[in-house]
Amino acid sequence: MMNYFPDEVLEHVFDFITCHKDRNSVSLVCKSWHRIERYSRRRVFIGNCYSISPERLIARFPGVKSLTLKGKPHFADFNLVPYDWGGFVYPWIKVLAETGIGLEELRLKRMVVSDESLELLSKSFVNFQSLVLVSCDGFSADGLAAIAANCRFLRELDLQENEVDDHRGHWLSCFPESCTSLVSLNFACLKGEVNLGALERLVSRSPNLKSLRLNRSVPLDTLQKLLMRAPQLVDLGIGSYVHDPLSEASNKLKHAIQRCKSIMSLSGFLEVAPRCMSAIYPICGNLTTLNLSYAPGIHGNKLTKLIQHCRKLQRLWILDCIGDKGLGVVASTCKELQELRVFPSDPFGAGNDAVTEEGLVLVSAGCPKLNSLLYFCQQMTNAALITVAKNCPNFIRFRLCILDPVRPDPVTNQPLDEGFGAIVQSCKQLKRLSLSGLLTDQVFLYIGMYAEQLEMLSIAFAADSDKGMLYVLNGCKKLRKLEIRDCPFGNAALLEDVGKYETMRSLWMSSCEVTLGGCKTVAENMPSLNVEIINESGQTVFNLDEGQKVDKMYLYRTLVGHRKDAPESNQTYLKCRGDLTRSDHHEPSLNDMIKDMKLKNISGDDDFIISESNNFKLQSQLFEKEEAEIMILKWKRL
Amino acid sequence: MSVIEFDGHNITVSVKDVEAILGLKNESVDIHEVVSKENVKELDANYNLNSFVNHVQINRFRTFSPANLKAVIGLLLLVPSLTLRRIRSYLEKFWVLMSPPLLGVEEEVQSNVSSPSVDCGLGLKERNYLGLSDCSSVDSSGVSSLPDNNKNNLNLKATELRLGLPGSQSPARETELCLLNSGKLDEKPLFPLLPSKDGICPSSQKNVVAGNKRGFSDTMDGFSEVKGYAYAEKSWMFHDAGSDSESPQTVGHGKYPGNSGANVILSARSPGAQASVKKDEPANVLQKQPHATNGINLKQTDISNNKSSAPAAKAQVVGWPPVRSFRTKTLATSSKNNDEVDGKPGPAALFVKVSMDGAPYLRKVDLTTYSTYRELSSALEKMFSCFTLGQCGSHGAAGKEILSQSKLKDLLHGSEYVLTYKDKDGDWMLVGDVPWEMFVETCKRLKIMKSSDAIGLAPRATEKSKVIN
Repeated sequence: MMNYFPDEVLEHVFDFITCHKDRNSVSLVCKSWHRIERYSRRRVFIGNCYSISPERLIARFPGVKSLTLKGKPHFADFNLVPYDWGGFVYPWIKVLAETGIGLEELRLKRMVVSDESLELLSKSFVNFQSLVLVSCDGFSADGLAAIAANCRFLRELDLQENEVDDHRGHWLSCFPESCTSLVSLNFACLKGEVNLGALERLVSRSPNLKSLRLNRSVPLDTLQKLLMRAPQLVDLGIGSYVHDPLSEASNKLKHAIQRCKSIMSLSGFLEVAPRCMSAIYPICGNLTTLNLSYAPGIHGNKLTKLIQHCRKLQRLWILDCIGDKGLGVVASTCKELQELRVFPSDPFGAGNDAVTEEGLVLVSAGCPKLNSLLYFCQQMTNAALITVAKNCPNFIRFRLCILDPVRPDPVTNQPLDEGFGAIVQSCKQLKRLSLSGLLTDQVFLYIGMYAEQLEMLSIAFAADSDKGMLYVLNGCKKLRKLEIRDCPFGNAALLEDVGKYETMRSLWMSSCEVTLGGCKTVAENMPSLNVEIINESGQTVFNLDEGQKVDKMYLYRTLVGHRKDAPESNQTYLKCRGDLTRSDHHEPSLNDMIKDMKLKNISGDDDFIISESNNFKLQSQLFEKEEAEIMILKWKRL
Repeated sequence: MSVIEFDGHNITVSVKDVEAILGLKNESVDIHEVVSKENVKELDANYNLNSFVNHVQINRFRTFSPANLKAVIGLLLLVPSLTLRRIRSYLEKFWVLMSPPLLGVEEEVQSNVSSPSVDCGLGLKERNYLGLSDCSSVDSSGVSSLPDNNKNNLNLKATELRLGLPGSQSPARETELCLLNSGKLDEKPLFPLLPSKDGICPSSQKNVVAGNKRGFSDTMDGFSEVKGYAYAEKSWMFHDAGSDSESPQTVGHGKYPGNSGANVILSARSPGAQASVKKDEPANVLQKQPHATNGINLKQTDISNNKSSAPAAKAQVVGWPPVRSFRTKTLATSSKNNDEVDGKPGPAALFVKVSMDGAPYLRKVDLTTYSTYRELSSALEKMFSCFTLGQCGSHGAAGKEILSQSKLKDLLHGSEYVLTYKDKDGDWMLVGDVPWEMFVETCKRLKIMKSSDAIGLAPRATEKSKVIN
């Protein structure tokens, strides 16, 4: 019946469907829905920039306005991926610019962003509004200057944990005087000085500014002036917070902060004199988010005092110098807490002030709404994990990192299998899990058995045999990303069910037992996968024999085949792809095309492939007109 | 050699640094890639590439911990012919090669090396501050050492030796290194100020570097010294407390880089002095030692010495714990800044009285809340702005607006006021003559003096004018 509605009506209805998954489902209903959905999709998420080409993206979603792209594998965050691995955004921007789509928002994670890219971006899209860069590198303040100067309607410039090469601060003064549209400005990750005058002027002419995160070089008196001009801020990141509590500046600041009633999120304090913290107490009562994970200067009872004022906190990021005692304060104060991240203040040190299982148990007992955890700790016990699982069965993300990666339960000296087992068993909604500590195959048995919703799993220094990986691959039906390092998983585990990898976004294995021959077998059997081998020992892959273990293997499904931008200078990369057997100009068979088409949905959201695998055929049929014409009959017969 | 901005400071880099960086790589080819053509021959001639390669293969890069990264990057950045991308790929290689299974073997070495180098950023920063700030003291040379001129010359020779003259010293130096391990210890105090010298008079540095040919051992050693700079400061500081005669000397060495002198051997110092160094700061010495031995190893391909007594530190595995490298780096920077506060159990405040000529009252400041001279000076400026303002106005400077940060400094520079401090021994010194950490340790009182009154206390200033004249 819905088919009798005019397209415009359907399109209007579809506009209310924002979730990628739902939109994917909508596009599978029938041909016309597919078409309407295709033209009306504004937001696209691509979890791996090498999984599809920009041309294909635009061909399917010509109306895209907001694009999210991810580049390097997650382990790149921890220096496990060579710097020159790839993940360049330039080709994407180039194609998007050439096709003249009206891009308004670009969100990039772990990509290499050159200044040229930013400049091209700034000049190609008239209505460009929002740029979010997370863990990106390759650009400098010059690129930012181009964005500032050319994007007249810029609403959001959000730079999170990027490594920016150039530290000059001139870019802030490049915002034209007419730029008044800023809603969010975050440059906390920049190292260098900024032009404070320009910053003040920019803030004072941006009446809609809601989020402002400053870097280290912005001193307290500037902060005070900024706050006087922008009392409407909701999210504030403080750069330097150093002053004499008795001075005039301090009084002024107190006054300024008291005016900012709407601040709900506070972060930064990159430089801090703990003595002065009392000035921010007045706004603590409203805070829902507090990120002190870059503020080693706040510790001891200054920290606990501060937290005692934050009764409404939902999200808390903090350093482990808070200690178990401090976590006890969190537990008794923050009853609304949903997300807790405890980072190590000295990841490579002896971890003297690291937190332990005690703190976690306290928090789990005090904060029943806790559903997301990242916890770097000194030690963990099975008993504690079992208690935590009992106290907080709502975990969606549970990432536990014991600083000593193979440490057993210090009380019983047993592996932590039972503890993690309890977590996966009682947390039915668990989507992301990271393991650490001494673990045997047993824990993977539990994971495979219970973690039905698990989408991402990180494993390090665990398991005894191939069985561990097999339990996971066989058990976790919704698994999308699996990353493994330093585990004894070999070819047997890798090759057990190669078809599984097509349902996943990616698999990373480094320092495992997988051999070159094993990787080749995967590549040959699965034409839709790219298998990349990163060999760090200096030997070229071609010198290796089949039985040689590979240092790192990264495999992902893709529609574009070999990527062209892999580093060539050192031949440490081998991209085996299944089309070894067929020539490039070979006319694809119908079967190939179906396979191919089902992957096209990567551009929508790769969830689709896992959750809707039964609809592949349908999706494929609908995808291209001519093909669909032929196959629609088949479908009806079904 | 070139001057490049890093971390907001200008840093001078020499072939020495480049060579040191090369210690991270195992391919001799890279040397040629990294170093500009002119330098290649020089490098080639001065150290044996084979032994260099051997060394690196033995150590498999693991003598460097991730904590060094910042330092390494900093130095790499200085090499003009290196693109950033290239640097990154080098670093990637080096990180990856620190593979976990092999780690145990080199664990101790690593720990030895890593701890001083953690301070490196600070060291760099501090010296640059000293070099660049226009605060009175900075440009001054080692005035305090003047009385000891003779001695100085001796030690200067030592310094000279380190920097080396083309061709002449290499073999001798080597034997020294081998025979006199203690000689190494001796050098420690000499080195810390070298960097500040760089900052102060880049021109003279140029000369030094131009004629700079060294065996690789020296280089390596120099590198670690530079890295351990802040660290070395500490030990220096300590035995300053112990024996009065040494520290001024030390200051002197750094300050007279250009002095050429006769050939004096490193062991010029009495063994007694060495012993006292050891006693004063055994930990430091121990940690230092590996550097020295490392340097030797380069030539001798012998790492047995590295197994010297070292606190067993955790083996470092690449990528573990899984903390974003951005976070690690950022925290490393900020924790350094907070070290003054955090280093001791509890943030012990360190209040000192501040007086100012002509001001009716004293103020107290907590030195631990500042981390650089710049911060202190701007804080003092604010505290006493009413008075300087008056002065300023009366002297025709633009005093209408609120004082800018540089005002006091301008005043100081313009010899209106100088900031002086009373050290542990009760002597009044010019602020800025020693690295910040040491200043914090020794400062008992602060006084903002009329510069006319301070002339007596300011031998460095006088000295400077002498030099200029």
